[in-house]
Amino acid sequence: MSVQTVVRLPEKYRPVVDHELCLRCKKCVRACSYEVLEFKDDRIRPKPGCVACLRCVYECPAQCITVKEMEPQFAHHAVFDPVLRRSIIAQSNSGGVLLSSCGANVEYMDIFSHLLLDAAQVTNPSIDPLREPVETRTYLGRRPGKVTVTDDGRIDLQSSSTPLVVMDMPIMIGHISLGSISYNAQAALFQAASELNIVAGTGEGGLHADFYKHSKNLCAEVASGRFGVTSHYLKEVSSVEIKIGQGAKPGHGGHLPGEKVQELVSQTRMIPLGTDALSPYPHHDIYSIEDLQQLISVLKESTEYQVPVGVKIAAVHNVGAIASGIVRAGADFITVDGLRGGTGSAPRVIRDHAGMPIEIAISAVDQRLQEEGLRDKVTLCASGSIRSAADMIKCIALGADVVGVCTAAMIAMGCTVCQQCHRGMCTWGIATQRQDLVGRLQTPVAAQRVVNLFRAWNEELKEMLGAMGIDSVESLVGNRDRLRYIGPNPRIAEILGVKHSGEGWG
Amino acid sequence: MLQGNDGPVPASWMASDFDAYPQQGRSYVVDIPHRHKYRMGSCGIAGCINTDGSMISGSKIEKMITTMGERENGLGAGFVCYGLFPDYADEYCLQVLYESDQSRAGLEEYLSDRAYIIKDEKVKTVAVPTMKPPFPLVWRYFIRPKTNTESFWRKGLDEEDYMVHMVMQINQADNGAFCVSSGKNMAVFKGSGYAKEIAQFYDIGRYKGNMWLSHSRFPTNSPGWWAGSHPISILDWSICHNGEITSYGVNKKLVEMAGYKCSLLTDSEVITYLWDLLVRRHGLPIPAASFAMAPWYYKDIDRLDEQLRQLALQLRITYKEAFLNGPFSILVGRSEPNVTMIALADRKKLRPLVMGVSEDGNSVFAASEECAIKAVQKDAETWAPKAGNPVVVRLGEGIVRRGTEAPFQGVRL
Repeated sequence: MSVQTVVRLPEKYRPVVDHELCLRCKKCVRACSYEVLEFKDDRIRPKPGCVACLRCVYECPAQCITVKEMEPQFAHHAVFDPVLRRSIIAQSNSGGVLLSSCGANVEYMDIFSHLLLDAAQVTNPSIDPLREPVETRTYLGRRPGKVTVTDDGRIDLQSSSTPLVVMDMPIMIGHISLGSISYNAQAALFQAASELNIVAGTGEGGLHADFYKHSKNLCAEVASGRFGVTSHYLKEVSSVEIKIGQGAKPGHGGHLPGEKVQELVSQTRMIPLGTDALSPYPHHDIYSIEDLQQLISVLKESTEYQVPVGVKIAAVHNVGAIASGIVRAGADFITVDGLRGGTGSAPRVIRDHAGMPIEIAISAVDQRLQEEGLRDKVTLCASGSIRSAADMIKCIALGADVVGVCTAAMIAMGCTVCQQCHRGMCTWGIATQRQDLVGRLQTPVAAQRVVNLFRAWNEELKEMLGAMGIDSVESLVGNRDRLRYIGPNPRIAEILGVKHSGEGWG
Repeated sequence: MLQGNDGPVPASWMASDFDAYPQQGRSYVVDIPHRHKYRMGSCGIAGCINTDGSMISGSKIEKMITTMGERENGLGAGFVCYGLFPDYADEYCLQVLYESDQSRAGLEEYLSDRAYIIKDEKVKTVAVPTMKPPFPLVWRYFIRPKTNTESFWRKGLDEEDYMVHMVMQINQADNGAFCVSSGKNMAVFKGSGYAKEIAQFYDIGRYKGNMWLSHSRFPTNSPGWWAGSHPISILDWSICHNGEITSYGVNKKLVEMAGYKCSLLTDSEVITYLWDLLVRRHGLPIPAASFAMAPWYYKDIDRLDEQLRQLALQLRITYKEAFLNGPFSILVGRSEPNVTMIALADRKKLRPLVMGVSEDGNSVFAASEECAIKAVQKDAETWAPKAGNPVVVRLGEGIVRRGTEAPFQGVRL
């Protein structure tokens, strides 16, 4: 007979209702999919389990709810902080691996905040993007390295042409699968990508029939589960990406619980209703770099060399050498996903403790590819917590041609980063398949908000480029001269190839 | 044409006296100043070419560049002359700045292992009282690389790339020697000082050639470093550059990937290597190479006819690291296949560039300011080339492009 081991954890958040103002409309009770609020004895009363998703705050017509972060209930201890003690208690309760979602939730890994950008003064003129053009058009794909000139001095356009995807800004919406997010959420992201003329990732679940209209702005993901991958699908999209790993959980595959595999997801992924969609940790046909080369070739053959084929890897310690192998294996673009990258579900231990921040990873890859004379052959995409235009600009200066953004786009749609995606009960209708919740997300509104966000970032990019006296974004890619380090550890600056603040040109 | 090298050398200029100069700290005559890693500047540029093959005296270019005195602050100037050594036209001419006699001995040993030294001579220099010592010893070598040695074939390079490699090696080493030019039938004369002083130092009036380019500097951050002055040269390429490259870090990546070593650490250096890479090594026609360095905006490219649009896009995307962002105007010289002057301004034309041609059409001039042209050719008809549009003038052919044509005129597909 099993022993009852579950011990109640202290509350982290609690909705506090101002009963004077409360209209007793009970909208908040219906809003909370976590069933934290109930109406009892003529009052809205909270129960334990609030995750601070803030849906009740948003819905309350009287604006009488605030969510309060509770004081840690634990006695002070400098080493066993409350987070650790909560984890230990939770694991002793269940005996399981702790799951979480969104990106790493640890403070020590942000390097972007330790980097400063340059601006032009006197010796070169800065440019006002409202008066003069500043270009942000970006191409994704392989580059030939040189334009072919025949022996008799003619330029041969055919032999050096490669398939490329054009984007109006150096931003890609990362891969978020249908399954991890709802139909409405994915529809909004794809619609935004079409409107902005950028590329959005499909995630690994295939492509729903309704979304083929956006296919020229989509990058198809081929992950280890191969869910929903057909040759028709691959030929429709603008680019194909083999997903080897993801920054939030390097070395792991995707995990979509059976509860989320309902009619819609089942059809798109081509799997039976209600089955767990578990993609293997490695691709079981890729145990080495030569195997990857074969898969790249197979995908290029199946798409008749009409679309670029890329590879996405998580930022791990040897990322530079791995990336160089991938270029040699024939990849047209590489996505490097940093440690702080988001996820719909990952073991907390790997989310918070494995990999490398994107700042270091993209810099290492850029420098390694340069050393090997490969950097002018391939497009580099960097993702993993690009939170603002400033992060994007710094990331480009560290070597990225394109940045991948997910979490910020989620936030634009309503996400509050409460880190409960893995539970499938998202009150905002984003990371859920429950029909009653999905309907809360209005696709046109969400799409427009994502469009607004990236238009704003692109304007900020132009403003910063102009201030630096640069009138086209490609002249910032890997231009470390325009960055300086101001953080506590100069060794990081050395590894990034960036000078310390205060060091001039000379 | 060299007019002999027979002038008396002042006693204080004897090579053995070099080490006797008071050395306060490091002198930075020749080797890279260690604390100074990068220099920027704005400058004056001037050039003239006689397309009928007649000779131009150095005093003419001196007049041009010194007319624009406003554009310099005494921290560097230089000249390059093409068609200078008709008697040794097939030999590479190395012009080297030395810190001491010892460094000369060292480099000569290095050179004789790798090349036949056909002729060598001391370059005449004249003491200029207003200039700040110390001064380098300047030597000239006419060499032919030894292509039958093991060291040659093991590098797997052709003769020209081998020369580039040698110059890179010489200039990378902390050896008190700096090779300022290495092309055929041309030589660079440059140093730290006002253009007037540098002209006096080399007695520039004693040289005659088919084409001259020159440069005077107004650097914003600079030690007195002779080798870092313009023109910057590799093989028969030489560049006089007015501007500041805001994409330097990107351009440097491309040339380093192609094997060039940035030892001068000025943004102008990468421009020299880019021309060598794109035109000599990749074989691009000059208008195509210019387009890669100063490309059209995408919105304008999209308006081109389909085939030209494809060409423009392919150049822009393939050579995006060759795109020179920021303000510049440059004069580019080359002696092969024929003495050629190229003048190019950035795609916004944020730095000045004026062209001029004499009434008989035989003399063509380029300068930052019109006054420099009018000072030597009153009757010159002047015009302004368009932003990002190259002017090409070639010995025997005259004005090939005026810098006002369609972008790919003359490029064959």
